[in-house]
Amino acid sequence: MGENIVPAVNDVTLSVAAGEFVALLGSSGSGKSTLLNLLAGLDRPTSGGVFAHGRNLAEMDSGELAKHRSQTVGMVFQAFNLLPRMTLEENVELPLRLAEVDRADRPARVHEAVERVRLTARLTHRPTELSGGEQQRASLARALVNRPTILLADEPTGNLDSATGDAIMNLLQEINQTLRMTIVMVTHDRARAERYAQRIFTMGDGKLISDLPNELQHGGATAGPGARP
Amino acid sequence: MKLGDLTELAARNLREAILRNSLTTLGIGVGVASLVAMLSLGVGLQELANTRLTHSGLFDAVMVMSKSSMRGFNGPPANEPPDATPPRRLDEDARVELTKLPNVVEVYPEVRFPTEIQFEGKPFTTTAAGVPDSAKADGSYEGMKGSYFSGPDADEAILQIELAKQLSPLTDSLIGKELVLRYAERQALPAEPGATDEGGESSGFSVIPRELKLKIIGIVETEPAAGFGGFGRGRLLIPLKIAQTLKIAQPTDMREMLRGANGKVTYDSLTVRVKSPAGVQAVEDSIKKMGFGTFSILDATKNLRQVFIVFDSLLGIFGSLALTVASLGIINTLVMAILERRREIGILKALGAADWDVRLLFLTEAGAMGLVGGGLGVLLGWLIGRALTLATNAYLARQNLPPVDVSSVPLWLVGMAILFSFCVSLLAGIYPASRAAKLNPVEALRYE
Repeated sequence: MGENIVPAVNDVTLSVAAGEFVALLGSSGSGKSTLLNLLAGLDRPTSGGVFAHGRNLAEMDSGELAKHRSQTVGMVFQAFNLLPRMTLEENVELPLRLAEVDRADRPARVHEAVERVRLTARLTHRPTELSGGEQQRASLARALVNRPTILLADEPTGNLDSATGDAIMNLLQEINQTLRMTIVMVTHDRARAERYAQRIFTMGDGKLISDLPNELQHGGATAGPGARP
Repeated sequence: MKLGDLTELAARNLREAILRNSLTTLGIGVGVASLVAMLSLGVGLQELANTRLTHSGLFDAVMVMSKSSMRGFNGPPANEPPDATPPRRLDEDARVELTKLPNVVEVYPEVRFPTEIQFEGKPFTTTAAGVPDSAKADGSYEGMKGSYFSGPDADEAILQIELAKQLSPLTDSLIGKELVLRYAERQALPAEPGATDEGGESSGFSVIPRELKLKIIGIVETEPAAGFGGFGRGRLLIPLKIAQTLKIAQPTDMREMLRGANGKVTYDSLTVRVKSPAGVQAVEDSIKKMGFGTFSILDATKNLRQVFIVFDSLLGIFGSLALTVASLGIINTLVMAILERRREIGILKALGAADWDVRLLFLTEAGAMGLVGGGLGVLLGWLIGRALTLATNAYLARQNLPPVDVSSVPLWLVGMAILFSFCVSLLAGIYPASRAAKLNPVEALRYE
């Protein structure tokens, strides 16, 4: 029991271009969230490498990984993961505290992020006083506040109803297009992946099954600026 | 993370589980309180002993005698050949010279004489002694009935309780009444041709009975000791200045006359009061160089300090036991906090918190509990000390004894207790903080 090592992600090679909006599609247990955690620097690969801006995350020490999580990537989770005892404003400010941003600069940065997700009116509310969609938007503002270059979203619409989910997806697309931010989104919702992502990686049993450009995006009118050349 | 942010987050976390953290902090407070109470008792008793001993005049005093009147003490050993030069006389010139020595507060002679007093027509035999004015400041008369001398040359008397009881069973009623002091005054004889020295002064004297009215102004319960058998042995205490102006005939007068004292006042002994016991050795050495014999108690205070160091250490060990138990409370509280805040730690790490940030956050929480608990403990310990003093004084009052302060919380004890509490709390926080820092963020985020 517990002796057998099951590789969650095995023999996967993929690259994402700057400004691209990609979806990691797959069923439960396919290894897509583990892959996202590797990209976030929350987990380390037992072998191989994970490169972000030319630096191998597998060779970083814990301090460098923390810096990567703080300044290079922003994360959005299915469960929102807001701290319940903090207000929306305090939740969004938290990454700035961890990144040691000057106190004087913080209010403007927080307002900028909150305004982008259109939650300015809810600044003083606690997560329990927000709807699911608002919580996810707050989570998105928190991910954006340190102005990362990569946004990692783990099932961002998994806990939301269809309309609210669409609103979040539209917001992600808007961020991708206006900020030219690279977005890697984990989802098991093929329809949404096809509707918003420019490229879709399909995973199964820890392996990459397919890496396809989204024909809908390439042929359609909503093609984003980060589409693969 | 910056210190300000760290402190804010730690304070927020502590407020979040306010009951548990308050109980833990109270536990630390009780631990520190027991330590402070024990040590304050040790310090208080040490201060009490030091004060009493200082008031005794034994440790900051040097007794000075002419070598001619010394047998033993610091005089020349018996087997040494006698000094060819005549011993220096302990007279007024010598007293003035002694007063000028560095660190010397005052130099006073021992004026004590047998006398008869008349009170309400009845005679009483007793011993009178001159008290230097400085005795008021050194606390020898704390808790006395009535008041101290109104001035150094006031015709007033303070009675020792035993004498007061002889005069009247209602000792309190004696205060304000008058008594008559009868004494023998030494009066120089007119110079006879051929019997005078170079100065033309007489070397003989006659003894004349005199009387002096004194007002009783106070009664001392315990016998004030000052110096080596000084005025403490007197039952009737009068200002030293008055005692000196009376020119009381002393037993040594006859000897000094035969030795040719030129009519000058000579003293059997002088007591030299030094600023502090630490300066006694240097003053004693200087006096010896002047050609006088000396006597002082030097090492007794050192031994006393050693005894109290051992005593304080034992009290400190017993007091620390409670703090050790309290530190286990900190470990328990923080380990529980890790379990409760597992997901939060995962979120912090996902947002960019380094292991060091998480470790510091938990250590700050432990340190804050230590600081607050330390402050609380000092306050509680001080209160316990006050309660002990009150209880002791209630008992002493029943025994008709003056009150004492058995506990003392000096500033160094306050600082040390809070620092100790802070350090112990940090030590207790190391294990939980390391555990929190090592949490795998992915597993922590999955935790429900």
